[in-house]
Amino acid sequence: MAKRGEQDTKKEKGGQTVYFKSRPAIIGSYSIAGEKEGKGPVGKYINNVVNDCLFGEKTHEMSEQKMFEHAISGAIKDAGLKPNQIDMMLSGDLLNQIISSSFAARSFDLMFVGIYGACSTMALSLAMGSVMVDGGFVNNAVVSAGSHFATAERQYRYPLELGNQRPPVSQWTVTGAGSIVLSNKSTAKSPCVTAATFGKVIDWGVLDVNNMGAAMAPAAAATIIAHFRDTGRKPSDYSHIFTGDLGKLGEDILRDLLAEADYTLGTNYSDCGRLIYDEAQNLYQGGSGCGCSAVVLNSFIMKKLRNGEYKRILFVATGALLSPVSSFQGNTVPGIAHAVVIEC
Amino acid sequence: MSQKIDQLSVKARNKMYADYVSNISPKSRMWPSMLIAFVVGGAICMVGQGLVLLFGYWFPGYTPDQIGGLAASTLIIIASILTGFGIYDKFGTFAGAGALVPITGFSNGVTAAAMEHRKEGIVFGTCANMFKIAGPVIVFGVAMSMLVGLIYWVISLFV
Repeated sequence: MAKRGEQDTKKEKGGQTVYFKSRPAIIGSYSIAGEKEGKGPVGKYINNVVNDCLFGEKTHEMSEQKMFEHAISGAIKDAGLKPNQIDMMLSGDLLNQIISSSFAARSFDLMFVGIYGACSTMALSLAMGSVMVDGGFVNNAVVSAGSHFATAERQYRYPLELGNQRPPVSQWTVTGAGSIVLSNKSTAKSPCVTAATFGKVIDWGVLDVNNMGAAMAPAAAATIIAHFRDTGRKPSDYSHIFTGDLGKLGEDILRDLLAEADYTLGTNYSDCGRLIYDEAQNLYQGGSGCGCSAVVLNSFIMKKLRNGEYKRILFVATGALLSPVSSFQGNTVPGIAHAVVIEC
Repeated sequence: MSQKIDQLSVKARNKMYADYVSNISPKSRMWPSMLIAFVVGGAICMVGQGLVLLFGYWFPGYTPDQIGGLAASTLIIIASILTGFGIYDKFGTFAGAGALVPITGFSNGVTAAAMEHRKEGIVFGTCANMFKIAGPVIVFGVAMSMLVGLIYWVISLFV
């Protein structure tokens, strides 16, 4: 670890990175996703694949909420706890007024902190949850993020049945949610959150709302560079580095941007958006949405952390902070990325 | 960021990045798309012409305007039903402008928006949002006919 804070009473911080000395443990994890995700390469690691996009509900919005409820209670169950043993819930999603998270929170008798970080929400909620646990404010916290293709399409794009063509730079919003239970009491072999690098809002003037990868890649690069600078680490210090939902194109751009800053990302780097779908599913650049990184983290990545294959990973979820209003008014697409270090 | 990028002004950096992104981004395949659109769009129009001939044969007493209206409404109804069954969006993904430009595309736009907002109620959902996608077509249609009418009237003053 890099430079430590001088006074022991203060929490450690250097640059944009905070260190969690008490190592909040990930004692529970759960992922739920839709049919397309279930058919993708990470499908076999997902806890619950729901083939009905309405999930037995009347609207897609209600179906998204229900996914959140399942993910959160699933993670609590996985932790071997009862809902009343959890102190706080931190969650966010893509919908206006983050209704999926706050409506799902009605089912849990928990302090609720709603957060918005667009598609970076899984890393943001995980980092903020770790802050709460490491600060000693709560014993157990549940954090989550998720998205739904149909609700995101309605909010950001077109009606589902409209016969339009998607541009080749576009990505497909993941239907799914992931949840993690953080605790100040570690059980054997539970992965721990040891540090988080909070990102800055970066805007390099991308105007194309379909090209999220290009909009977010500079933010991902900035956060990763800040992380390496703050910690004194390099890419090879990690078993694997994951970005959230840059997609194929964004992944290529990030590699280029980091190469210019003299960091070479090798085979130990992947993007969750690229991983979640198969090329053959023909979804252009891959997955996006809060659910993308949330599902991959809580399925494939968590499995490899728990079985010891990964010793230390850097999870960098990326978000495009646009709204339908801002893009119609001709604004550019700002990006953000938050990084979390998870170790075994 | 690298020194090179650091030294640039925001404007120059954004310009450089935009050029780089447009270089690296995959492009829509224009010629194949245009060919498919031409063939499919043309086929839809041929079906329309076929309907005109058919209705003309069935209803000899109708004026050509009435026959045209009948053929157009038939295409609209077919496209609307196909939208309801979730077929037209797949067809549109394949055919692009070929499915969008004919009157069937307009029908798809109205029906898709109406279906999407049905859950918010008939008045504030379906009816209020029905023309969300197709509305501009109506606005431009009305505005252009007014303009053409005006030109027609001015010319008629001198001829």
